[in-house]
Amino acid sequence: MELLGNLWAELLAVLTTLVAAAPYVIGYILIILLMMVIWGGVKRLLTPKSDYSSLKTVTFGDESAVTSNTAASVVSIVLIFVLWGAFTGSKLLPGFMHAPGPFSGEGSFSYTITTPTGETDDATVSVIVHPTGEEVDAPDVAPGDGIAKNDATAIAVYRSELLRVDRNDELGRDEETFVTAVNGQAIAPGGSVDVDFGRVAMSDKGTLNIVPDTGVQMEPIWLPSPEAVWSRLGEIATVGYRNSTLAEHLGYSLFRVIVGFILGALVGIPLGYAMGLSNWFRGWFDPIVEFMRPVPPLALIPLVIIWAGIGEVGKIILLFLAALWIMAIAARSGVSGVRISKVHAAYSLGASKWQIMRHVIIPNSLPEIFTGARVAMGVCWGTVVAAELVAAEKGAGMMIMVASKFQSTDIVLMGIILIGIIGFSIDMLMRQAEKWLVPWKGKG
Amino acid sequence: MSGLQIDKLSMRFDLPNGSSVQALKDVSLDLKAGELLSVLGPSGCGKTTLLNIVAGFLAPTEGKIILNGHTVTGPAAERGMVFQQGALFEWMSVRENVGFGPSMKGMPKAEKAKIVNHLLDVVGLQDFKEKAVYELSGGMQQRVALARCLANEPDVILMDEPLGALDALTREKMQGLVLKLWKETGKTIILITHSVEEALLLGERLLVMAPRPGRIHTEYRLPFAEMGVGQDLREVKKHPKFNETREEILGMIWDMEEEIMGRTEDA
Repeated sequence: MELLGNLWAELLAVLTTLVAAAPYVIGYILIILLMMVIWGGVKRLLTPKSDYSSLKTVTFGDESAVTSNTAASVVSIVLIFVLWGAFTGSKLLPGFMHAPGPFSGEGSFSYTITTPTGETDDATVSVIVHPTGEEVDAPDVAPGDGIAKNDATAIAVYRSELLRVDRNDELGRDEETFVTAVNGQAIAPGGSVDVDFGRVAMSDKGTLNIVPDTGVQMEPIWLPSPEAVWSRLGEIATVGYRNSTLAEHLGYSLFRVIVGFILGALVGIPLGYAMGLSNWFRGWFDPIVEFMRPVPPLALIPLVIIWAGIGEVGKIILLFLAALWIMAIAARSGVSGVRISKVHAAYSLGASKWQIMRHVIIPNSLPEIFTGARVAMGVCWGTVVAAELVAAEKGAGMMIMVASKFQSTDIVLMGIILIGIIGFSIDMLMRQAEKWLVPWKGKG
Repeated sequence: MSGLQIDKLSMRFDLPNGSSVQALKDVSLDLKAGELLSVLGPSGCGKTTLLNIVAGFLAPTEGKIILNGHTVTGPAAERGMVFQQGALFEWMSVRENVGFGPSMKGMPKAEKAKIVNHLLDVVGLQDFKEKAVYELSGGMQQRVALARCLANEPDVILMDEPLGALDALTREKMQGLVLKLWKETGKTIILITHSVEEALLLGERLLVMAPRPGRIHTEYRLPFAEMGVGQDLREVKKHPKFNETREEILGMIWDMEEEIMGRTEDA
């Protein structure tokens, strides 16, 4: 019962987040529709209405009339980079495209104290808001006259500061003298007053909290700008990260995937053939394969670490296991999928069992095996990154995991982008290989 | 003893639920070398089972097949088979498909190329020999299947509805080709079909089979195949005897179908 209660609370938290995200999602959809309308108009101006699909009157529901619109793809990708640049204040974008940034520069506000006897006096607080990482001292200000003395402070952007403005005053809170107004507006503990560079709030104990405006841009620690990620890429490619260059990190990951996949295929394909051709082998391996297939390779990581450690052997065993079952099942269904009339035809043309294997069963199963290989490569790539996240000395996953511990978000982002690009390239290569090597796929 | 003897063939399939189906019962037939036999009958009469037994893909429960004096025990190159469709190897070109049988025998390349070239000329596909088979139309694919079968020099050619999936016009052309090949090569051919017209045109002998159990109902000896060689098949169809026989066979098959329907309604 307690569990159900907890789960309900979690579900509510998730739904709350979704509701909070809804305006942004709706905004994004509106942008998509707006771009669609604009592109529709541009296209009508550019091309005459005469190609076959534009002459179709029924397009809604006609699957063949729906093709990927290249313009939409280009706009979509450009928009991602524009939004990324706009909300990180990227120098690659002209200034007017930036989302409002955090306040940076000098500002000031005045505060008023009231003594127990009802006397009041004003003083000024000078604030310098400076970029993170720079050492800036608070400006020198004259204390001024009266009970309240002028103050000064330096704050890094995105930060705020609790400032006891009365610490240098002649009468402080120990003498029952309190700040009662900021810029002439009354303030009480828990309240706040807007000033020209942000906001001044008062804590429960009466201390002023100076909060410069943070704008709507992302702090680099959450989301670095595109150029920061790009320059970090150059740095890691040449200097390296954690004693290894980028090429070494990625090379190790790829090496594990390729060796693991090849070993998995070398064992899995013959296993699949045996299962497809012999009752006994199918009976023997079916329970094992059917059980191991739904076990995510990631769940094997702890066991593999216990048995083989965090070195290359453990990783390759893991990837071998990830590829093995996929390849075995692909080869098995490739063999089972051979049309019996092809086998009959080959027998009545005088082929021996071995010749049938070589000239009918193997070529007939190749399309399925290629499909399996594509899936297996994808799974292996995902698994290797996850395994490196857990424990590794080199590798793409290790790189982003360590970077995240040091809050180097730029490296994390760069790593994720590279992992994505490599995964995509692997899939593209496999598709191309499929086109060259098994042109008869789906033509039987 | 040459030719093909089918000797008291019976075939019974035992079903998992304990009952059994008598697909063929006491089918006997003597086929001389070079005869063209077409087999016709309603579905379920066992004609495909009969062909599979002759090809050696199935062992009969009783009786035997004797070809040129020896008993058939399995598939072999002496009995070539042409399937309805989808039995070509799509990973091979037209030329490689036709040369498949000779390749399996390990025939020298030059000799094989000669045979393949000759057969491609016969079926009219010389210009397509380097194409992949899936680039050809259905009719062309069946020409490849015929050529592939002939390249192996079988004694008997078994055809399981080879023209069944073709459109009417292509089918008519292919019927002419089958007759031409039969006359030129002198092979023994057994052809299974659903079409009464095709059975009449392509059968020197015609077997009408009846279902439950599968058996030979009537046998005809017909002049049309001989007439059709080198002649327009439409002329053959105008022959009064052709129409007369067709009506007779259609009536026979309708009676069988009605009998089956009646039986299932009783059950």
